[in-house]
Amino acid sequence: MIFNTIEFNIDAGVALLTLNRPEKFNSFNTEMHQELRTVLKEVRSNDDIRCLLITGKGRAFCAGQDLGDRSVTVGDEAPDLGESVEKNYNPLIRAITALELPVICAVNGVAAGAGSSFALAADIVLAARSASFIQSFCKIGVIPDSGSTWALPRLVGMARAKGLALLGDKLAAEQAEAWGLIWQCVDDDKLAETSLALAKQLATQPTKGLSLIKRALKASTANSLDEQLELEKELMRIAGRTEDYREGVAAFMEKRPAVFKGK
Amino acid sequence: MTQSYETIILEPPVAAVQLIRLNRPQAHNALTSLLLTELATALEAIASNDDIAAVVLTGGDKVFAAGADLKEMAALDMVGVLNDTRPAIWRRIYQFPKPLIAAVNGYALGGGCELAMHADIIIAGDNAQFGQPEINLGMIPGAGGTQRLIRAVGKSLAMKMVLSGEFISALEAKQSGLVAEVTVPEMTIERAMKLAQTIAQKPALAVRQAKDVLLKAFEIDLEAGLQYERKAFTILAGSDDRNEGINAFLEKRKPKYTGR
Repeated sequence: MIFNTIEFNIDAGVALLTLNRPEKFNSFNTEMHQELRTVLKEVRSNDDIRCLLITGKGRAFCAGQDLGDRSVTVGDEAPDLGESVEKNYNPLIRAITALELPVICAVNGVAAGAGSSFALAADIVLAARSASFIQSFCKIGVIPDSGSTWALPRLVGMARAKGLALLGDKLAAEQAEAWGLIWQCVDDDKLAETSLALAKQLATQPTKGLSLIKRALKASTANSLDEQLELEKELMRIAGRTEDYREGVAAFMEKRPAVFKGK
Repeated sequence: MTQSYETIILEPPVAAVQLIRLNRPQAHNALTSLLLTELATALEAIASNDDIAAVVLTGGDKVFAAGADLKEMAALDMVGVLNDTRPAIWRRIYQFPKPLIAAVNGYALGGGCELAMHADIIIAGDNAQFGQPEINLGMIPGAGGTQRLIRAVGKSLAMKMVLSGEFISALEAKQSGLVAEVTVPEMTIERAMKLAQTIAQKPALAVRQAKDVLLKAFEIDLEAGLQYERKAFTILAGSDDRNEGINAFLEKRKPKYTGR
């Protein structure tokens, strides 16, 4: 597929999505949102895709909203930022988090504003050692969006979430890993191969089972223990009916590597 | 005794429960007169079939039913609507005397939402959306949407839904009392079937009286309702199952119900 603001290709079960506006630090504009919607629709509907890997081109991962797309001059009527959140960012985050396959994000450089939220919406986040996360929203009088206010307290606890969101300081990748904001920090020159290897490996796993794990973990943030135990039972039922469960058990009994189909 | 239908599928009954699937996937299960008629006819056949104690009604994975059939609607002018046979068909569905459980995944909109509300119990998948979008087309709900919704969810939310056409999620529907239970979409039918099977094992006369008395609560005032309840309660005192139920409990044994 050919796009202007992103690159997208599928290989061996892995869909690779690269944000591609390097001259603008891969910031989001209307066109990028449209193209992302198209791509995510493809990821949703294409059964051959069993893992999504997201990264950025150039020095930055994503600098968030392209403010050039939204500049406000004196005398202008106040913009309705809620509208852009409703039209673009919320659907993007909902689409990413609802994907029934593992989503990996390889943060190759700075992830600021909605770029940081976007990265943190992935299931497994890797970052280059030189990368950083910046909740820059507070610097221009707005609030963290694209799920950041929800994700941050859950990932790093309220004290750190408040510090990050109210101060807007740069958080280095190593610190992000130490805090549990992301899964892993790797050397810059190893990021691409490490993340791709991980994506390829995940693409061979029981995709349906992995999607059920995601559902259970996502629901856990709103459920009581009792509700969650009920949900685990229901999802376990579904998992038990997958072909991959059968294969997994058979392979274990026969002491051979399992061959999963993702179903 | 099997009759074949064009717009609904009757699965083979399991443990005295009949599963009925709406089957117009090409049209998002839009409710044509034919579909409603077939559903009413099927329910009437089930009503007099002693082998079936309860019914589960479901649609598709993504759409339970997305409303009335607009092509049919468009063809009716005022006089046509006045003489429409559909209200009578809806009444036939509503008068089904056995427990009816709706298993709703995806969209239940307009007539689809109203159909779900014709059921005694709604079990929803967490992907369910309920709405009465008739207002967007210059219409209003015409099969109980303005009446059953307000009784289920209260005035403010019912007004919001009917006047704005906005949908509510399964979670909101649960919180507002429109649905009894929310589960994962893959399990909706199974949960509904299980519940229906549980009910199917209860003494049939008591179940029938209970459903009748409960529904009366929407129609009559409290005093009359209490009297109605007392009459039904009294009638059951003459049933074998009621005596068996009490005796078995007192004698600490399992009851054997006969449906008499």
